[in-house]
Amino acid sequence: MQQPILQVSGLTMDFGGIRALNNLDLDVNEGEIVALIGPNGAGKTTFFNCVTGIYAPTKGEVDLYHKEKNRVVSLLGMKPNQVTEQGLARTFQNIRLFSQMTVLENVMIGRHCRTKAFILGALLRDKKTMQEEDEIIQTSHEILTKIGLQRYENEIAENLPYGAQRRLEIARALATEPVLLLLDEPAAGMNPQETIELVNLIQEIASEGQSILLIEHDMKLVMSLSDRIFVMDYGKKIAQGTPEEIRNNPAVIKAYLGEEVDA
Amino acid sequence: MFTFEELKRSFLVSIWFVFLTFPIMVIRVDSIEKTVQWRWMNMVYVAIGSFILSFVFRYMMQRKEMKSEDNGDGDKKDKTGRSFIHRWLADPKYRNAILGSLLAAAIIFPHVFSTYQTSIMTTALMYVVLGLGLNIVVGLAGLLDLGYVAFYAVGAYTYALLYHFFGVGFWVALPIGGLLAALFGILLGIPVLRLRGDYLAIVTLGFGEIIRLVMENWGAFSQGPSGVSNIPRPSFFGIDMSLDTALVYTYYLMILLVIFTIFFVNRLQDSRLGRAWIALREDEIACQAMGIDKMKTKLVAFSLGAFWAGIVGVIFAAKTTFISPRSFTFIESAIILSIVVLGGMGSIIGVIFGALILILLPEYLRALSEYRMLAFGAILVCMMVFRPQGIIGSIRRTYTYQNRKKADGEVS
Repeated sequence: MQQPILQVSGLTMDFGGIRALNNLDLDVNEGEIVALIGPNGAGKTTFFNCVTGIYAPTKGEVDLYHKEKNRVVSLLGMKPNQVTEQGLARTFQNIRLFSQMTVLENVMIGRHCRTKAFILGALLRDKKTMQEEDEIIQTSHEILTKIGLQRYENEIAENLPYGAQRRLEIARALATEPVLLLLDEPAAGMNPQETIELVNLIQEIASEGQSILLIEHDMKLVMSLSDRIFVMDYGKKIAQGTPEEIRNNPAVIKAYLGEEVDA
Repeated sequence: MFTFEELKRSFLVSIWFVFLTFPIMVIRVDSIEKTVQWRWMNMVYVAIGSFILSFVFRYMMQRKEMKSEDNGDGDKKDKTGRSFIHRWLADPKYRNAILGSLLAAAIIFPHVFSTYQTSIMTTALMYVVLGLGLNIVVGLAGLLDLGYVAFYAVGAYTYALLYHFFGVGFWVALPIGGLLAALFGILLGIPVLRLRGDYLAIVTLGFGEIIRLVMENWGAFSQGPSGVSNIPRPSFFGIDMSLDTALVYTYYLMILLVIFTIFFVNRLQDSRLGRAWIALREDEIACQAMGIDKMKTKLVAFSLGAFWAGIVGVIFAAKTTFISPRSFTFIESAIILSIVVLGGMGSIIGVIFGALILILLPEYLRALSEYRMLAFGAILVCMMVFRPQGIIGSIRRTYTYQNRKKADGEVS
């Protein structure tokens, strides 16, 4: 059994008296695409927020495994920026781009946590800083080319078509060199054509060995992309398995369609 | 354009204005002779004036709307939306010529114009630096700071009191004033920068007042409302200078400081740190998710802004040789903030223009002193309606890759 890169166990989150997440276990292996699905309000985004440090979970463990360093890091109690530094990058359900910056600059921000230059470097523009700047620009450019947004590079992010904005969010997250990429409803609001392009894009990213955990409502997308699926309802995990297993799981059908009524 | 409908609307506007201004413009009670004067001519002036102004205003609004419609379908403007100044400065040929002649003009200025002019210009230059400093906080990092004057006061009092108690000279006090202000920025920033938007604005406003009130009431320390006087002017290797020479010297000092500040801010905003500030302004949560340490980035912006205020504070104390808490009221913060907003948030050239206009114009309009605040208000309102991005808005930098070099080095 290989070591999973993300191991979440017993994750519980209370908001006052409401238990949004209840003893949730989840794991993602290297190179896998794992989907997290569930009806509206099941706690999927809360799960993302707990894992990425935006919320502090009430109980539970979140461990990230670094393969190169062969080291397990607990992400609990870390600030969001530290989580990203450890190698967990995310996108947002409602697009959160830096809307007045250019597309390229948006991606360059993603390189922030992998670079160091500070006040002195900015003022002196010494060789090291300039090399770093070159590296930032070059890498960002390459990522944009890969995602297929290079023709928008110098546009203001706000002016991009909707689908392109969603892709830019992914590009920006990739720029942080994540161990695991978290996508929060990447296909939300997309038309069928854009969704197909997105599926191709995610497959392409995954084929390069990128592990992905995604939340999605579009069942067709989930079924065609994921290696494994976790299903949540009311903050609890109700099923897990391959797409085929999930499709025929009575608990899942019940959660989505309601119970069958005997006529 | 000149339809009956338009005429009717302007007519109604002028009737309304006549009605509104009737008591103050037409009736005049002579309390000595106990008679009432009726100045009917004033009513006619008001009617004609408001009629024409309402026409002009409506025409401008229409033009503005047509313009935005134009941009909607056929984008005729320069794609990046840069003004002619940006285009000139992007071209190295023009750029050197412009900057060269500006520098030459700045150098000969005190020799051509009177002491009075030089004094006004020095003050304006001080506001340029204050504006550029606040621009880091408000324009780049998006932290609304209404108490910026507090850091200005910290710098000024640092020099005044260090001289008063220990006889410390200008050149030693200059960095100390800046650093102390930066330290205050950090101390205030740690608890306060967790707040956002309106809350931050109110807390900084409070801080600005606290500093002023402490200086006003702590008599033993700051000499209270009577202020600190006899602060020495900037020294130059101990040479005794006449009043005029000292002023010219202060003027050149400010020119140097302005150049240094522009250099500093320009390099910062084109760096990794500057990008982080702008990203922070755009979206805090996304910013953190991209691995940017929110607190650290904000604190650096806040303390750097405070640093410039402190430096200018020291120079202010040295220039006027007298400071009192009355120099650091909220209106100062408001003026500096107007400079940034009017000039263009995040735009260096914009802030420079903003400072020069807002400080020099009221000085030169002293002849019309009764109306200058009216004009000031009118200008601000018109600016916000017709050009909310400021006189010269900031533009984003573009990059190219073929030779791994950046194109379009900007001094935006």
